[in-house]
Amino acid sequence: MTVTQISSGDTAWMMVATALVLMMTPALGLFYAGLVRSKNTLNTFMMSIGALGVVTITWALVGYSLAFSKGDGFVGGFHNVFLEHVGFGAQHGTAIPQLVFFAFEASFCIITAALISGAVVERMRFSTFLVFIFLWSILIYPVLAHWVWGGGWLETHGTLDFAGGVPVEMASGFSALAAAIAVGARRDYGRLALLPHNTVFVLLGAGLLWFGWFGFNGGSGLSTGHSSVLAFVNTLLAPACTLVVWFILDLLRDRKITAVGAATAIVVGAVGITPAAGFISPTFAMLLGALAALPSYAFILWRPRTRLDESLDVLGAHGLAGMTGILFIGLFAELSWNGVSNGLVFGHPAQLGWQAVAAIAGPAYAFVGTFVIIKLLGLVMPLRVAALDESIGMDVIEHGEQAYTDSEGAILVISDTFQESIRR
Amino acid sequence: MKLVIGIVRPEKANDVLEALYRAHIRGFSLMRVQGHGGETERVETYRGTTVKMALAEKVRFEVAVSDEFVQSAIDALCDGARTGEVGDGKVFVVDLEHAVRIRTGEADLFAVTPVDDGPEAAT
Repeated sequence: MTVTQISSGDTAWMMVATALVLMMTPALGLFYAGLVRSKNTLNTFMMSIGALGVVTITWALVGYSLAFSKGDGFVGGFHNVFLEHVGFGAQHGTAIPQLVFFAFEASFCIITAALISGAVVERMRFSTFLVFIFLWSILIYPVLAHWVWGGGWLETHGTLDFAGGVPVEMASGFSALAAAIAVGARRDYGRLALLPHNTVFVLLGAGLLWFGWFGFNGGSGLSTGHSSVLAFVNTLLAPACTLVVWFILDLLRDRKITAVGAATAIVVGAVGITPAAGFISPTFAMLLGALAALPSYAFILWRPRTRLDESLDVLGAHGLAGMTGILFIGLFAELSWNGVSNGLVFGHPAQLGWQAVAAIAGPAYAFVGTFVIIKLLGLVMPLRVAALDESIGMDVIEHGEQAYTDSEGAILVISDTFQESIRR
Repeated sequence: MKLVIGIVRPEKANDVLEALYRAHIRGFSLMRVQGHGGETERVETYRGTTVKMALAEKVRFEVAVSDEFVQSAIDALCDGARTGEVGDGKVFVVDLEHAVRIRTGEADLFAVTPVDDGPEAAT
């Protein structure tokens, strides 16, 4: 193996990209917090913040190693546990230090775990959620990341996934489905209208997510080369098309363009382009953006009429749009743009086959794995708060704080000695 | 004519609305209030500052009804708002001297529940 020189340009961009992706997790927290009722604002936001803590640690301890160190086709090995052999040397196949690669990939695992919280907001016990993402970020994400990026069986067979259609988007979507079923619906679901309490948060969160997504997709080329440039520009084009198609769908449905819909469309478009970002031409990225709106729009319209309380539609926004993107590569990947492979339309039908395999295997593993983890967790600790506590609100019950508090009626609790000392 | 005032838990407000609707009471107003009624004080902590929340969020219903509807209004408030825990709230009934429907100028019994059929329908 030849020793690769570190490129300062690549490294500089990847450090910025890492920071951009890390920002997406609090942005997601803001997006989710706006979508829930005011009494659950902090708890919902804290689920994303929780991932920043817990998942960073699991990633450093073992997750990174299971995803990216040499193993078999299913999962990586233990070569890099506790950041062993992760230093300033060039990451294999890139011109950036292993440490930067580690940190960039960490930010992906963090936001994926945080995404699942959308399925269980307003009822799941916070401590149980933290234990859940601890286990999930060891048992589920690294396996799927290994499959498509770490030398696993999908990568070996030629499945293309630029920035995480399998381990991030479909994994979070189908894990969310499993989590919603395993934890159960909110007690008020289907009885009361459960409305977003602050749509400005939702719009701002979506805007910041899009901003961060330039690092997410633009960084996934791990360089400043052609694929990164292509991915960066496609991240601009695709969500814009999704947004406008969503406007049209909203107009057709109700003659009104909705703000929550617009925020959702931005996420759906960015998700759709994620797996395909560095593999398709800008023109086809615009087509993908437009098409990605359709299945997600239909599903998000239909889902609340069912008993499935997948509360913030992680499956509709991430699972389905991720699947659309993964399959789209199989059709419209273009060798002249990506230097890797053609899709069906450009004469390589086998590509679509392996994209389809990924679109089945990834969701299946995420769904089954998550369902088993939560069911087993339910045997040793309560999954949700008590019914009365759920109606009082998670912020007060789980965190002893409120998002919107005034000091009326708040009596300062101070020790006697302190009280005496200020009297003197 | 009476004014029935019910102070209930905010999370039970929807159940009260439903109970009032079932009792054919269509006119009422509600407002968010804060109060204290003997429930345990919740402790909250913000950095180094620990506080006891002495006031709890409540929703106050005001329902102006003819005498025949007083009991059903009380029942609706109680049935809708009860959880059995401390802090379920109170119902107060006070005499109502005069009422006017602004749109039509109708007064007193014609201006309170039931709105649809006038007071005769109640008997």
